[in-house]
Amino acid sequence: MKKIIIVGGGTGGTILANNLARRLAPEIASGAARVTLLTASDKHMYQPGLLYVAFGRMAANELYRDLRSLLEPGIVLHVDPVQSFDLDNNRLQTESGTTHDYDYLVICTGSRPNPESIPGLAENANHVYTLEAAEKTFSSLQAFTGGRVVVTTGVPHKCPMVPLELTFMMHDYFRDRGILDQVEFFYTYPIGRLHSLENVGKWAQKEFDRLGVNYETLFNLKQVDGDKGQIHSEEGSVLDYDLLVSIPPHTGMPLILDNALGAGGWIPTNPATLQMEGRENVFVLGDTTNIPISKAGSTAHYEAETLGENLSSLIRYGTLASLYSGKVFCFIEAGKDRATYASFDYKHPPQPQPPTQMIHWFKLAYNKLYWNSVRGLL
Amino acid sequence: MNHPICVDARNSFCPGPLMELIAAMKLAQIGDELEVLSTDQGSAHDIPEWIHKVGHELIDTHEENGVYHIRVRKKK
Repeated sequence: MKKIIIVGGGTGGTILANNLARRLAPEIASGAARVTLLTASDKHMYQPGLLYVAFGRMAANELYRDLRSLLEPGIVLHVDPVQSFDLDNNRLQTESGTTHDYDYLVICTGSRPNPESIPGLAENANHVYTLEAAEKTFSSLQAFTGGRVVVTTGVPHKCPMVPLELTFMMHDYFRDRGILDQVEFFYTYPIGRLHSLENVGKWAQKEFDRLGVNYETLFNLKQVDGDKGQIHSEEGSVLDYDLLVSIPPHTGMPLILDNALGAGGWIPTNPATLQMEGRENVFVLGDTTNIPISKAGSTAHYEAETLGENLSSLIRYGTLASLYSGKVFCFIEAGKDRATYASFDYKHPPQPQPPTQMIHWFKLAYNKLYWNSVRGLL
Repeated sequence: MNHPICVDARNSFCPGPLMELIAAMKLAQIGDELEVLSTDQGSAHDIPEWIHKVGHELIDTHEENGVYHIRVRKKK
C-alpha cells in the first residue's frame, strides 16, 4: 500500500485530500493507496470571511464547517496534530503518541499572525486575521467618531490584498455612517509603492488620490506607542494615529520551527515541483513554503491541484506529471460594492481592470461557493 | 568567510524582491550578508533606496544573464 499523509487541514490540505481521493479512488477502494489527513482542529475556517466580519457583514457561524463534512469518504481523518517529523525514516509522531509512516508526505500547516513581534502592536492595533481580532475591529470601527486612521502592513503577511481592501472598505463604511469628512486616512506600505504588485500599486494610487487617502511608502513598523498614539518606522518616520489598523507580520507554525524545518517557519521548497529542498518524497503547500509568492488561499488552491496530479502520477507511474506555474488569483474589494481582481503567475504580471459591481457580486458569491471549492468541485 | 544568505526572489511579482529581503532581514543577525536574486529590473533601484533609507549597507549590485544580484549587510 502507498501511503500519503497530509499534515494540515486548511485550504491547501483539504483541497489536496479531496483531489487525491477522487484521482486515486480505485487504488483507495482496493487498498493499494491510502490518503490520511492529520489536523489540529475538527473545524475548517473560511479565512477570507474575516474581512467581512470586521464590517459586520458576515457572522462567525458563516465561517466554519465541520472538516469531516468537507471530505470525500475515502479520506482517513485524524484530529491529532503532528508533534515531530523523522524525515530520514519516513515517519512522524502525533501529539497523542501515535506514529505514522508514509511513502509521501505533504506539509501544509499554514501561517499565523504575529503582532507580538512588534512592540505595542498587539495591545494597540486592530486586525482581521483571527475571529476574535476581526470582531474587535468591528467594535472599534463602530465606536470610531473621527480622527486619523492609520493602516500599517507587516512583513511577511497573508493575503496581500487586505491592506488595500481594508482601506477602501473603511472609506465606504465611514461614508455610509456620515462621518467621512471627519476621518483622515493614512496608508503606509513597506516597499516603495502602494502594493507589491506594480500594476495594482499604480491602480491603487489613482484610487487613493481620488478618495483623498494619504500615504507613505518605505514604511516598516518598528514600534507602537499607545500612550502617545504614535507609530515609529524602521526608516525613522513617526505618525500620529487615532485608530490603528494593522496587517500584522506573520510567521510559520511552531511545529515547523520546533522541528527546524525552515527559518521563520517557512520550509525551503522548489517553486515548480513543490518538493521540500533535499527531499524527493516530501512536498510543501500554501503559506508553509518559502517560495517568493503570495501567501493566500488561492495560491494553496492552485498548488494543491498541481500536487494532486503529481502525487497520483507518482503512485501510478513513478513520475511527476506537471509543474506549478505560480498561478494566483485574488479578488480585490475596492469598497463596499465594487471589486476587481489580480491574476498572475511566475511569468505574467497582473493587469487589474477598473472595479465593477459585478465582480463584487462574484466575490460575494464566492464566499458561499468556497465550500464547493474546498471540496475540490470548483 | 560565510556565504551570504540567499534571498531567491526570481520571478516574484508578489510579494516581490524587496518584500522578500525585508522578511529575510528580520530573520538575519546584525552583520549578516544577504544576496537578493531578482529578475525584476526595478529591484536594482528599489532595494538600494530602501537599504539607504533604513540604514543598512549596500555592498554590491550587478546584473548577470538577466538576473540582478544585490548584496547587502544588515547593520541594525
